[in-house]
Amino acid sequence: MSASNSLNYKKLEDKSRIKNLFLRYFLYIILGLFAFYFIFPLYVMLVTSFKTMEEIRQGNLLTLPSQLNIDSWLVAWGGRGYGAGDTYLRPFFWNSTKMVVPATIFSTFIGAMTGYVLTKWRFKGDNWVFLFLLFGCFIPYQAILLPMARTLGVLGISNSIFGLIVVHSIYGIPFTTLFFRNYYVSIPNELIKAARIDGAGFFKIFFKILLPISAPIIVVTVIWQFTQIWNDFLFGATFSFGEAAPIQVALNNMVLSSTSVKEYNVDMASAIIAGFPTLIVYVLAGKYFIRGLTSGAVKG
Amino acid sequence: MVALQVKDLSKSFGNTRVLKKINLTIDEGSFIVLLGPSGCGKSTLLNIIAGLETIDEGNVFIDDYNVSKVEPKDRNIAMVFQSYALYPSMTVKENIIFGLKQARVSKKKIEEQLEKVASFLKVDELLNRKPSQLSGGQRQRTAMGRALVREPRIFLFDEPLSNLDAKLRVEMRHEIKKLYTSLKTTMVYVTHDQVEAMSLASKIAVMNEGIIQQLDAPQKIYDKPNSLFVADFIGSPSMNFIKGTITRDSNSIIFIPNGENEINFDLTHYEFIDKIEDNQRIVLGLRPEYVSNLEDNNKNMKKLSLKPVIIETTGFDKNVTFDFAGSEIIGRFTPNSGVELNKNHNVYLNLSQISLFNEKTEMRM
Repeated sequence: MSASNSLNYKKLEDKSRIKNLFLRYFLYIILGLFAFYFIFPLYVMLVTSFKTMEEIRQGNLLTLPSQLNIDSWLVAWGGRGYGAGDTYLRPFFWNSTKMVVPATIFSTFIGAMTGYVLTKWRFKGDNWVFLFLLFGCFIPYQAILLPMARTLGVLGISNSIFGLIVVHSIYGIPFTTLFFRNYYVSIPNELIKAARIDGAGFFKIFFKILLPISAPIIVVTVIWQFTQIWNDFLFGATFSFGEAAPIQVALNNMVLSSTSVKEYNVDMASAIIAGFPTLIVYVLAGKYFIRGLTSGAVKG
Repeated sequence: MVALQVKDLSKSFGNTRVLKKINLTIDEGSFIVLLGPSGCGKSTLLNIIAGLETIDEGNVFIDDYNVSKVEPKDRNIAMVFQSYALYPSMTVKENIIFGLKQARVSKKKIEEQLEKVASFLKVDELLNRKPSQLSGGQRQRTAMGRALVREPRIFLFDEPLSNLDAKLRVEMRHEIKKLYTSLKTTMVYVTHDQVEAMSLASKIAVMNEGIIQQLDAPQKIYDKPNSLFVADFIGSPSMNFIKGTITRDSNSIIFIPNGENEINFDLTHYEFIDKIEDNQRIVLGLRPEYVSNLEDNNKNMKKLSLKPVIIETTGFDKNVTFDFAGSEIIGRFTPNSGVELNKNHNVYLNLSQISLFNEKTEMRM
């Protein structure tokens, strides 16, 4: 290589290094802006929930509280201790828990089963069944309110936690089926054939061979269902009221029904409490969530 | 004794007929290879024998029992798959004994079998590993262990070596051959690789479009293919085909390649030449090893002078392609033949080892 050539390459090298450095900084600035944009409301909620009403009235929205005042959190969770009209979240939090756990488990299990059948035990017209199930994903919530209300009435389970479990389970099946079907489709059919030759039947194959390798998609489905059901307001508000309501409905009642002064600190604390479980689930299992969404084939 | 018999078997997927009235009889202790291009129905046939696929028409017999409607696990077979199909969540040991556990074999017997198979396949060091921690060859061994441990009547192999790299493939092929020589169990083996088929089989069934084209010993298939398809499919580089016409006169039979008026081949010696009519259009098939740069004192030698268009070195010899009679013919030249591109070279065709095919029916004459 001649001297002039090597000089040229040096120049080009420098140029590409500067360009890459610039792009890198640009990327981090953009990412920082977005992170700020998303974290900002949470920050406002948090600082407000620790302020006293006095502070809120006079102070700037963004300043930190003068001292950590947890009164509003206690009120949001346990109420003020006087009788009528005292709404607080504790009983409704347990309502939601009693609803979300069985509904999530049930819909995930059914979804795994249907996904298994639709991919590994194909039958005539199975694609149609899948198509109709998919249809369920696209039906707007509002469209099924009336028929569902009637159904719950006939079954005698309207305005009960059990009724909500049923509604959420059924409504979740199209989604859970879609998840599991897409996951199982990438698992080689030869695995099933080998198991059949080894003498395993329908359930044995499902429980012994497929379920043990389904962890990623189970996590995805559980997070999805948990978030959907916990955050649901429409079904809760429509099919339940009073003491049987889930937490989101109670939150709404709490914030909107106070007749006197708006207590922003209590409202913020309540909202954070109501959103807390989904946050926890995501933080704990988020790593698997991303992995499950992007992973497919099981190798080996 | 007949171990496996397939009678008038037909199978369709939707409107596609995958198998058309297949008849196949496999003797006890033979190694049958089902060979054909992808989509020829060979895997479907194997799946039907295994009981993993339903039958539209016809029957499958194992040891004279009609097993057409018998569950796979009750057919006394074992199968090895292309993707190994090891259960990902189980260790090598659990994989191997899964079938025995399902069959409720006693613990003691399971341990005995496992030990025997593991040491035979040299996987005893790997028993506690998961399939994801194994190399391709080790996975294949495990898959074979899972089949062996059942001590089946018939082994079925569905392209078991296709996922391995070239070197390992040869190694595993030898292992399978060894396994067969020591067990002498009936084996049915599906592949699209003709080298595998030739080296393993005691008989090859060449399949195309749902039909068994020829069922014969490997050497017979190579020397006397009974259709153009079989001739073309077996052998690498594949057989040369020269189209032309037969002319008979009082005491000789002459083959004139299309478009070559000055060149003709004397075919009077061909064994079935009597059956060929005057002016019949035929395809003459000649394997590349009978197109050479070496002269031989054979009276059926034909000398031509041709220009090479492609020269490929294999190390052992040179595959040289020539333009001839409107198509290409390939010859195998010795490495030191001095052949050069676009320079005429003497080419000797040994016509004592030819195959003649009817141009219309594409069948051997």
